[in-house]
Amino acid sequence: MPKTVLKVENLHKSYGNLEVLKGISFQVRQGETTVIIGSSGTGKSTLLTCINQITPPDKGRIWLEDIEITDPKTDLNMVRSSIGMVFQHFNLFTHLNALDNVRLGLTVVKKISPERATEIGIEKLKLVGLEDKLHSYPAELSGGQQQRVSIARALAMSPKLILFDEPTSALDPELIGEVLNVMIELAKSGMTMIVVSHEMGFARAVANDIIFMENGVIVEEGTPEAMFNYCKNPRTREFLHKITELYGGKKE
Amino acid sequence: MSFPELAWSILPKLLEGMVVTLELTIIAITMGALLGIPIALGRVYGSKLIYIFCTFFVEIFRGTPLLTQLFILYFGLPSVGVMLSPFTAAVIGMGLNSAAYQAEYFRGAIQSVKEEQLIAAYSLGMKQVQAIRYVVLPQMLRLVIPSWSNELIYLLKYTSMAYMIQAPEIISQGRLISSRNFRTFEVFIVITVIYLVVVLILSKFLDLMESKFRIPGL
Repeated sequence: MPKTVLKVENLHKSYGNLEVLKGISFQVRQGETTVIIGSSGTGKSTLLTCINQITPPDKGRIWLEDIEITDPKTDLNMVRSSIGMVFQHFNLFTHLNALDNVRLGLTVVKKISPERATEIGIEKLKLVGLEDKLHSYPAELSGGQQQRVSIARALAMSPKLILFDEPTSALDPELIGEVLNVMIELAKSGMTMIVVSHEMGFARAVANDIIFMENGVIVEEGTPEAMFNYCKNPRTREFLHKITELYGGKKE
Repeated sequence: MSFPELAWSILPKLLEGMVVTLELTIIAITMGALLGIPIALGRVYGSKLIYIFCTFFVEIFRGTPLLTQLFILYFGLPSVGVMLSPFTAAVIGMGLNSAAYQAEYFRGAIQSVKEEQLIAAYSLGMKQVQAIRYVVLPQMLRLVIPSWSNELIYLLKYTSMAYMIQAPEIISQGRLISSRNFRTFEVFIVITVIYLVVVLILSKFLDLMESKFRIPGL
């Protein structure tokens, strides 16, 4: 069995009186893709930002391989540099072109030489099909292209894990496919990924695990096969039925 | 002497004054920026103590007239044994005053850099200093150009206050000339035109800077 890349144990997070995460535990093994679904406001995005500690959790422990991220002694910047993050609104650096967006983390955080960073940058942008947009600025790119740059930016850091926070929900429908295709290729190439998304076609194609969250807890978890065909909880069934209708992903 | 002849004859002296005016402006704006940027960063990212110190500085220098600041520096400090030349006193006074105003422009620009830009930087593993250096500052400096242009043009005209402490800038030269030839009206018309020409050249230059540093597509 492949080794565990990420282990989350009893994670809690509240904003004031609102308890967003009420004890989340799960694991992700190397090379696996976990898709997290659930209606908005159930803490899916908070869970992702708690993993890389952009939002510090109140309680619970998280391990990235052997390193306990939640240990106060852990070098957070080092951990973050090995966890990729892809955002709903891309969050590309607006003042840098595509290549420099990919290079910045390499030169500043990883202290890689500018020449080598350029090579890596070009390689990763090629991988997402943007070798002809190296010198375009974010505002000159379509949403789909921007999201692919942001995937290249995450990939360039050679992360152990990439977190995707609703990567296609800010995109026009005709641009979703190009981003999902890149993500499918990534998953197939053995990247470990956690994806918050309702794209059930994607989940069916590459997910090893689907987690259904509601009101800050994991309601049910299982393989796509099990979740689509034999899920036990009526809420899970209802939700899956709804999003399959909305986002597709029925078996052809 | 006709007006053109008069204008021509006093022009060298007035331009000499304008050179001093420009020197004052350039040194003060540079000093203001070098102080203003750290003060703005201190007010946005600093600890409580740094925040209080920076806010105190801004409120003092923005909340009192430039003229009183200049008088204190030039006429007041000698009583505690510090003698400054008119030019030095003017440069220090205007530099500190401009720092307070520029700090506010820079602070506004820093705060209009989107939070998500910082989150992306932290997610890559950057430390706060790195995120500020490589993400916030380059965006902030572009955002600040329009209001900063205003400050530069204001400052150029505000240097006329240095006349009150006898710095040999263009107004001082004008007063000197008009006290000899009694043609105050014409002398100050020429001075006005010189100011206007310099301001127009400056704002053209600032427009060029703004478009040169514009982010493509934005």
